Amino acid sequence: MKVEELEVNKEIGEVGTILNDQEMKRGILIHALHHMQEHNGYLPGDELKKLSQKLYIPLSEIYSVASFYKMFHFKPRGKKVVKVCLGTACYVRGSKKLLTALESEFHVKSGETTEDLAITLETVGCVGCCGLAPVATINDEVTGEIVGDKRTVRLVNEIRRPD
Amino acid sequence: MERLKNIDDLRSLRLDLSKETFKPDKNRIRICCGTACTATGSKKVVKAFDDEISRRNLDIEIVRTGCQGLCQKGPVMKLEPYGYFYQKVRQENVDVIVSTTYAAGFPVRSLLYRDTFLEKPVEFMEDVPFYKKQMRVALKNNGRIDPTNIHHYIAVGGYGAAEKVFSSMSPEQVIDEVKKSNLRGRGGAGFPTGVKWAHTRRAPGTIKMVIANGDEGDPGAFMDRSIMEGDPHGLLEGMLICAYAVDAHYGFIYVRHEYPLAVKNLRIAISQAEQIGLLGRNILGTGFDFTIHIREGAGAFVCGEATALVASLEGKRGFPHARPPRVSEPGGGPWGYPANLNNVETFACVPPIIEKGADWFLSIGTPSSPGTKVFALTGKVKNTGLVEVPMGITLGEIVYDIGGGIMGNKKFKAIQTGGPSGGCIPSKYLNLPVDFDSLLKVGSMMGSGGMVVLDEDNCMVDVAKFFLSFTQAESCGKCPTCRIGTYQMLQILEKITSGKGEKGDIEKLEKIGKLVKAGSLCGLGQSAPNPVLTTIKYFRDEYEEHIHEKYCRARVCSGLGVFIIEHSECILCGLCKQACAFNAVKETRRGFFIDRDYCTKCKACYSICPVNAVKITKEMYARLEEELKIPYEKMEVIERRRKMTLKDILESRPYEIVTVHKNSAISDAVRKMTEKSVSGLFVVDDNNKLVSLFTERDIVRCVFDNTSFNETIEKTCMRDITTFDPSTEISSAIAIALRKKIRHLPVVEGDRIIGMITFRDLVSYLLPEICFMAETMY
Repeated sequence: MKVEELEVNKEIGEVGTILNDQEMKRGILIHALHHMQEHNGYLPGDELKKLSQKLYIPLSEIYSVASFYKMFHFKPRGKKVVKVCLGTACYVRGSKKLLTALESEFHVKSGETTEDLAITLETVGCVGCCGLAPVATINDEVTGEIVGDKRTVRLVNEIRRPD
Repeated sequence: MERLKNIDDLRSLRLDLSKETFKPDKNRIRICCGTACTATGSKKVVKAFDDEISRRNLDIEIVRTGCQGLCQKGPVMKLEPYGYFYQKVRQENVDVIVSTTYAAGFPVRSLLYRDTFLEKPVEFMEDVPFYKKQMRVALKNNGRIDPTNIHHYIAVGGYGAAEKVFSSMSPEQVIDEVKKSNLRGRGGAGFPTGVKWAHTRRAPGTIKMVIANGDEGDPGAFMDRSIMEGDPHGLLEGMLICAYAVDAHYGFIYVRHEYPLAVKNLRIAISQAEQIGLLGRNILGTGFDFTIHIREGAGAFVCGEATALVASLEGKRGFPHARPPRVSEPGGGPWGYPANLNNVETFACVPPIIEKGADWFLSIGTPSSPGTKVFALTGKVKNTGLVEVPMGITLGEIVYDIGGGIMGNKKFKAIQTGGPSGGCIPSKYLNLPVDFDSLLKVGSMMGSGGMVVLDEDNCMVDVAKFFLSFTQAESCGKCPTCRIGTYQMLQILEKITSGKGEKGDIEKLEKIGKLVKAGSLCGLGQSAPNPVLTTIKYFRDEYEEHIHEKYCRARVCSGLGVFIIEHSECILCGLCKQACAFNAVKETRRGFFIDRDYCTKCKACYSICPVNAVKITKEMYARLEEELKIPYEKMEVIERRRKMTLKDILESRPYEIVTVHKNSAISDAVRKMTEKSVSGLFVVDDNNKLVSLFTERDIVRCVFDNTSFNETIEKTCMRDITTFDPSTEISSAIAIALRKKIRHLPVVEGDRIIGMITFRDLVSYLLPEICFMAETMY
């Protein structure tokens, strides 16, 4: 969804009837940022400026909110976002090893993107698939029980595979 | 879907639906399509079933249910009317299932659950040990209905509680019932839900809100996710009842963005409920309005805290604020309106309480904590997954009876409850009944219900560090004690786990931990030191071992312990040498050893060794060179000099002891020397005792003296010989040999012949040493 198409009254829903204009605009800010990130893959500076004008919120405050939440990114991200779960269950079953393996495989540190914008490697607190620990997600698709070298290689191939 | 105009419409709809849906004798497969089972391929299985059914034109109903609990064995499914429970089903198995179970009525044995390979397979879900001790209240519909189909929910009695509330109960009666049931908040602190509702109801003002907290940030917990995914209408109904009780008209569900399926299913459920008239304006013709909106979080753990969640809901940074005002008071909730905030699981418990009455609920669990609790059992247990058990069950029952014991038959060490806010409970409390108060008593807490089982391979200091690094990163930074205190604690833990711990570190941790607890505003800071404090309380010896002995018994922390290669187990594959980035693994004639001066304890050799011959041990002895203050560069020379005895030469090559009896003829001795191609023989007597040597020199002398080769050795070549002890140093052996002008050095230990060393052996053994010396010189 583009910033221009954002309809404040629709997004805020029924509760908008009890809120004033500025509260409504503020209320959908995080929602709008989610949409923007979904559309662009990250939060581009000029889009944020447009959003600031549209919602009548200072750009500095938008940055303040967006930088608070870990999910928002200001830099372009890779086509495939690989998230290694470092939740407790995954951690005790050795997800740290998996992360190091992926880091050395793709020559990026956690949180970084490869130069060709193909892969972003990240960690996540928990994806709620603790039963399958250790898990990693590739663009929100969960792969579980990545124990041992064989499974790791399979995951790497899966990441490398062009869509 | 037709909108229900009044309560009677709902009743008659349910009556109609219950007649057609879930008929007991119909062929039906309930496949788990929760996040975990989807990850293991349940979507593919569903598709294969659909294809197979349409191809064979069969009458089988497929129900895509929410999480059924046993995530590790996914995808799981239940086949009706037989009741067979299949696990780890792949799409290839579909056609066998159809032909065996539905054509013949037999179970597919290979897909049935087995505890171990050696045990009989279990046919029915109810007999699987994982499910045996469970009791499902909040998860009652998980695994039974299709979460995206409101008709399924209504058919199994859903919205019955809402119907009861709207038709025959006043808001006060609802609150009294919930109060009486003593339902305690499932989010962690265990605050009585009914009291909270009454609070919100009493709050002045006409605009109130109901918020469901689904920001399940605890790593290792996923019960809220399962409820939102598998039974979204249960949550909506709970919220609707709450809204009626506190007279609220606006509802929010705050969901983590990491749960896309939960968001999707909730969206579908809300729109269905709105269409059918169970949400929105004039619900069931009663004139009551209630709308629910989903708000997605954006990855901030602190937003699970009530006041921070409210800030996030308003579109601000998720900073908690001081209470009062509480969320249920004016000025505390979103935009200043009072709101009732409960955990998702709490809301899911409400409809059964209203339907069956508070007395029924009180009959489950313990008096102080009635009802059931959903736990996410994970970590090192055989069966991981979601379990719902009555309160008061012991930890041991959960770990061993439901979880099936520890993976790989290792030793149980501790169970971590309550996520990053909770603590680690050691094995001596395995008989502890689980409820809110008993867990608090041992220093942990219920939390949202994560249970991570740790075995002997987990290092408690490392686990504490893990949780603290999580809370440290998630601290919003408002309170200095939390922002700086957790950071400092983490630094100390980093120090301890990397082998640089100092005396007094534990006390420092305890001191800072208490300060952080006392000086933080919200639950995150107040509970962040818990994992550290409880591990210190119960596993102090492990901390001390890290600090004083520089040793990690679980071999998790790198930078601790002494790395050695156990030669008796080593297969000489050389992988350790390749793996070492610091050239610390040295190769000698006999094998490999780790040079401690170069070793950085990175564990590369330890993890690559295929036969686990690399051992990490405690430092058993003081290092001599440190005691004697010998510089490191001299040590290798000293090491090498230590390996300079005759025994080392003998062991460096294969050798054979060739003897000849003193009564043999010279010709025999010569033949033997040629056969074995040696230049000297041991001459022995009847007792195999060394009496002389026979060497090439003797042959020369015999030829010169014209001695007959038929003479015996005893008569011609006997002489006094010099023997050497194996511990003789090479240099002194060479000196003796030069003085005595001998070229064969017999090595003898007591009466036993050990071997023969010639001058050639000496030269070949010393060659690398000469090269080494030449290298070090330049």
